Amino acid sequence: MKTFKLGGVHPKEYKLRAEDPSVTLGLPQQGIVFVNQHLGAPSQCIVAKGDKVKVGQPLTKNENFIGSNVHSPFSGTVSKIDTFHDASGYRKEAIVIDVEGDEWLETIDRSEDIKRDITLSKEEIIAKVREMGIVGMGGACFPAHVKLMVPEGKTAEYLIINGVECEPYLTDDYRLMIESGEQCLIGVSALRKALGVKTAFIGIENNKPKAIAHLTKLAQTFEGIEVVPLQVKYPQGAEKQLIYAITGREVPSGKLPIDIGCIVSNVSTGYAVYEAVQKNKPLIDRMVTVTGLHVEKVSNFNVRIGTPISMLLEAAGGIPTNTGKIINGGPMMGKALFSLDTAVTKGTSALLLMDESDAHRGEEANCIRCSKCVQACPMGLEPYLLSALVENDNFERLENENVMDCIECGCCLYSCPSYRPLLDCLRVGKYTVRTLKSKQ
Amino acid sequence: MNKLVISGAPHLHSPDNVPKIMWAVVIALVPTALTSVYFFGLDALVTISVAVASCLFFEWAIQKYLLKQEPTVTDGSAMITGLLLAFNLPSNLPIWMTILGSFFAIGVVKMAFGGLGKNPFNPALAARAFLLISFPVAMTSWPVIRPLFGESAMDALTGPTPFGFLKEGIAQGIPLSELMPQVPTYARKLVGAHGGSLGEVSAIAILLGGLYMLWKRIITWHIPVAFIGSAFVFAFILNSINPEIYINPWVHLLTGGLMLGAVFMATDMVTSPMSPKGQLVFGLGCGVLTVIIRVWGAYPEGVSFAILIMNAFVPLIDRAFKPRVFGK
Repeated sequence: MKTFKLGGVHPKEYKLRAEDPSVTLGLPQQGIVFVNQHLGAPSQCIVAKGDKVKVGQPLTKNENFIGSNVHSPFSGTVSKIDTFHDASGYRKEAIVIDVEGDEWLETIDRSEDIKRDITLSKEEIIAKVREMGIVGMGGACFPAHVKLMVPEGKTAEYLIINGVECEPYLTDDYRLMIESGEQCLIGVSALRKALGVKTAFIGIENNKPKAIAHLTKLAQTFEGIEVVPLQVKYPQGAEKQLIYAITGREVPSGKLPIDIGCIVSNVSTGYAVYEAVQKNKPLIDRMVTVTGLHVEKVSNFNVRIGTPISMLLEAAGGIPTNTGKIINGGPMMGKALFSLDTAVTKGTSALLLMDESDAHRGEEANCIRCSKCVQACPMGLEPYLLSALVENDNFERLENENVMDCIECGCCLYSCPSYRPLLDCLRVGKYTVRTLKSKQ
Repeated sequence: MNKLVISGAPHLHSPDNVPKIMWAVVIALVPTALTSVYFFGLDALVTISVAVASCLFFEWAIQKYLLKQEPTVTDGSAMITGLLLAFNLPSNLPIWMTILGSFFAIGVVKMAFGGLGKNPFNPALAARAFLLISFPVAMTSWPVIRPLFGESAMDALTGPTPFGFLKEGIAQGIPLSELMPQVPTYARKLVGAHGGSLGEVSAIAILLGGLYMLWKRIITWHIPVAFIGSAFVFAFILNSINPEIYINPWVHLLTGGLMLGAVFMATDMVTSPMSPKGQLVFGLGCGVLTVIIRVWGAYPEGVSFAILIMNAFVPLIDRAFKPRVFGK
């Protein structure tokens, strides 16, 4: 079975209650919608305090190519525009909406019917994806339409769909593939059409045999979609590793997937594209896994973007008393929250509640040169060396040792028996090298 | 609710930590320790106990009273040094020399360079070299094996290792075809029935420990295979040129410290290269140097000096042999 070659680790999977159906959560009394929920040029807020909004109505504008908009997930009144802590801990502008009823824009098709025929043209699909605020749902939130517009001189050969979900604990993509597999594949077909590629591969790790079986069966009714089962290994969901696992091609250092003819998209992005293209529905809701070893009701919740996370935690049975850390995202790459006064965004895949006893890192000790970090690095880097160079401020050599190729997957720190802050050092190193270069 | 912990990703950690790795190495050393006690009797037990106890003591005392640190003797690394040092000594070495060797290993080679992880040379091997140079007679008077439950008549006998014996014979111009019948056969060497340092005697016990460390992913195959393989091939070539003066490669493999060195000493994480390529080069250097010293050097045994010399090359090897970067 296929997988990537260099490095990788095998954390325990902790896919708790993955077979339970997802739960649709009701509306909050007040929603908090961040103005910027994408990677790229910032958007401007186009509503003001007191404005009435409907579900699906644009709340921001963004003229930039690498930009994306948010749409109101609620109907009601804008009560204020304020700043809140985002998942990274920065205070960011957000629109607070007092929810009144649930009135949707009439242009949105809210019927349950699955619409299979894609009538829009290539250009119309791309325009729709942009208009509906679709971003990559795998976590990076990169505007989806940008990837669909292949730069001149380059050709897209393969569309690669990430159904890997290699992060432990997370099950939202799995639920989506099981519950809405057909819609996901229609979305993938739309992406295929927009890119003009012959084949789309959906990579799924073989710890999800039901999803592999379900989508393989469904894919037979679609043209040019192939499900590729993959051997379980973290970080298989990372773009470069996934491309290698499926096609055997390596994205050259400093280049993009399109340089070797590949476009990668998450399976949940496929679902969002389906809703945008076939149902005219902006990205206003998503699936969020709320999980943890002692969480009472571990579930996947279908929630509106902007739902306060306190509401999700309550729905999952409240915060267990021995909780020591709450993570936005998965345990390998997610961010530890330091304020619960925040809300679901387009990139919120999970809330993970870790016990106090698991919340702390082990005590840092001397490097014993065991080379486990070197063996684990999926990019072929030497984390022990890079972190020492950062500690010694040797940024010139740091760059020559390929620090910028680090994908921040965390395999080095995960495998370090001395609990050395390897990834932390590498992040500082990457940031410093980037800053020094931009000053030159 | 408690205050929330904030820390960077990843929030999961593998079950590995330094003490777990070190104690697994200790377990891997147990079969060799047991066979040495079996073949050399209580003397071996005394040497092992003294080496281990003094290594632990010196590390604890230096950390507590000289460096004013929290002692970390429970991490198992000083225990490994003690065991490995004992494996590199003849069982009849005076106790005070064993203690002095332990002090050199821990105090000079390990702690003076900054403790665990910072020493460029393998502490046990450097201490062996120190003892060999300081007390050459005591370090090369090998007790003839006297099994734990064997006859006491052989008690006071000492004799050369098979290697020392062969080398002396070659130096006197005696052809190997006449010398070889007088050394133990392969089968006996394999299980340990020949003279030598404590840990040199049984290839099977060493391999058992090596397999355990491979299974536990503490070592990889690169260093032992490159070390043993290159020594074998080099000895084979020499032996093919003139079998009367160059010893058979199998004898190289199964006698002396080659197995012990290749499996337990050269694979020491702290003093070996980081990348697989570098480890192959390191193992190759160890193997070739071992045979060179054994054949042309002043000492009958070359493994410890070969590894120590290669230890010194590790920073250069790390610089020159790097893993392949993805996409480059």
